[in-house]
Amino acid sequence: MSAEARMAEVMRASYGRLLAILSTRAGDILRAEDALSDAFAKALIHWPKEMPKNPEAWLLTVARNRLIDIQRKDARIEFRDEMPEPAVLEQPADTIPDDRLTLMFVCAHPAIDARVHTPLMLQTVLGLDAEVIARAFLLPKSTMAKRLVRAKRKIRDAGIAFEIPQPEDLPGRVSSVLEAIYGAFSRDWLGKNDLADEAFFLADLLTQLLPDNAEVLGLAALIAYTASRADARVQNGEFVPLEDQDPAHWNVALIQRAGGYLTRAQTLGRLGRFQLEAAIQAVHADRTVTGVINWDALLQLHRGLSKIAPTIGATVGYASTLGRAMGPEDGLAALLKIDEKVLASFAPAQATQAYFLTELGRLREADAAYARAITLTVEPPLRKYLESKRAALANHPL
Amino acid sequence: MRYTLLTYTRPEDFANVPPEELGQLKGLFGAYIGALKEAGILAAVDWLQPVSTATTVSEGGNRIQDGPYAETKETLGGYMTVDVPDLDTAISWAKKCPIAKYGAVEIRPSASET
Repeated sequence: MSAEARMAEVMRASYGRLLAILSTRAGDILRAEDALSDAFAKALIHWPKEMPKNPEAWLLTVARNRLIDIQRKDARIEFRDEMPEPAVLEQPADTIPDDRLTLMFVCAHPAIDARVHTPLMLQTVLGLDAEVIARAFLLPKSTMAKRLVRAKRKIRDAGIAFEIPQPEDLPGRVSSVLEAIYGAFSRDWLGKNDLADEAFFLADLLTQLLPDNAEVLGLAALIAYTASRADARVQNGEFVPLEDQDPAHWNVALIQRAGGYLTRAQTLGRLGRFQLEAAIQAVHADRTVTGVINWDALLQLHRGLSKIAPTIGATVGYASTLGRAMGPEDGLAALLKIDEKVLASFAPAQATQAYFLTELGRLREADAAYARAITLTVEPPLRKYLESKRAALANHPL
Repeated sequence: MRYTLLTYTRPEDFANVPPEELGQLKGLFGAYIGALKEAGILAAVDWLQPVSTATTVSEGGNRIQDGPYAETKETLGGYMTVDVPDLDTAISWAKKCPIAKYGAVEIRPSASET
C-alpha cells in the first residue's frame, strides 16, 4: 500500500481520536488541528521512506511536538497544563487514550451556538471536510467555515473545559450530545442522506463511551431502525409510508443490531424519548416476523412519547396512531386539539387530517387539507405521494 | 481564568418587588458575595446605581451626555470578577447569583489574562 493510501486509511480511522487528545492537551481545537495537519504533512514525506510500526502513535508524537513548538513560538496562547516532552511512543494504538467523549461534550456545550453542535462534531470527531458538511446543511461553504471557526475560537477564548461534565450537569449535557448526533441523522432523511452513516458511527461510538446510558442506546437503536428502511422509503421517486413498505426491502442485519441496542437500553430501566421512538420503530420492524402491525402497542408507545416529549411531531404521531387503532373520528378529534395556527402550518398534521377526512368520506375537506399539505412540502418524493393521494380522491368510493 | 459576571435586570421588574423581598434579596446577595470570598475566587465586585444616574462620554471625549450609552430594557446593575478554572465553573457560580432569578447574568472571559 502506498504511503498516501496508508495515510488516508489512518486518517479516517484515527483522526478524531488524535484530535481529541491534542485538543484536550491544548484546550484549543484550532491549535490541535494545525498540529495534526502538520503531522500528516510530515507523514507524507517520511512514510514512503520508512513506514512506522505504529502510524497512529507516530502521528501523535509528531503532532504533540508540533504543539510544543507552537506554544514556544506563540506565548500568547495559554496552555492548560505543562506539557512534558513526550517520549517517542512505540506503544500499541489501543493504549492511546480515547478523549473523544470529552470532545463531543465540548462540541455540544450549551455556551456554543446550538446550530453548530452537529457540524462541529462531524468535523472534529470524524474529520469531515467543511465543504461536505456545508452541503449537507444547505449552506455556502464559506458560511459553514466561518461558523466552525467562530465556535472553535469561542471554545478557546471562553475557557470551555475539555473535561467530562460534573455529575449534576451530566444528564443535560448528554442530551445536547444526543441532539447533535440526531441532528446529523435527521438531515434529509428522505433522500440520500450523506450523513446517515456518520450519525450511526457517532451514536455507536457513544454507546461504547457511555455504555450505561439508556438514551444513548435508544438513539443508536432509533438510527439503526430508520437506516434499515433506507431502501424501502422511496419507490419510483415517490414516498412510501412505513405501513405500506414492503418488509422484504428492509435490512434485517440492521434491524437485529437495533434490537440489540434497545434490549440493552431496556435492562437499564430509565425510559426516555429516544428509547420510545426506537420502540415504535421496533413494533413496525416486527412486521418482518408477524406480518401485521400491532396498533395497540403503537398507541401506548405514542401516548408515552407525547407525554415525555410533547412536540408537535409527537402529538401528530399520537393522533395518527389513535385514528388507526380506534377509528378516524378519534384521530381527527385528537388532531383538532392542536392549536389551529400550528396545525395549519405543519405538513404532517395536514396530511394526517386529510387521511382521516377521506376515511370519513368528507372528501371536499380532505382535498383542501391535501392541498395545504402539498403547499407546505418541499421534498419531491413527499409531494409526489401527497399529489397522488389527492388525485385518488376523485375515484374514492362513497 | 478570570471571568466577569455582569448582572442585567429590568428596572420595572424591581418596581413591583415588595420591600421585604428587596431586603431579603440584599441579604442573599451579601451571602453570595461572602461565598465567593470564602471560595477564594472573588477578584472584584461592585453594585451600580440605576441608569438614571449615568453619564456617558463619547466621540473621543468631545461629547458628554446625560444617560446611559445604550438605551436598553435590561440594564447593567453590577459585576463580579471571579478567578475559576473554566467556563463551567463560572456558569455554576452565575447560576447561584441571586440576581439570576430576576434577570440575566452575562459571563465574559478576561482579555488581560496574566
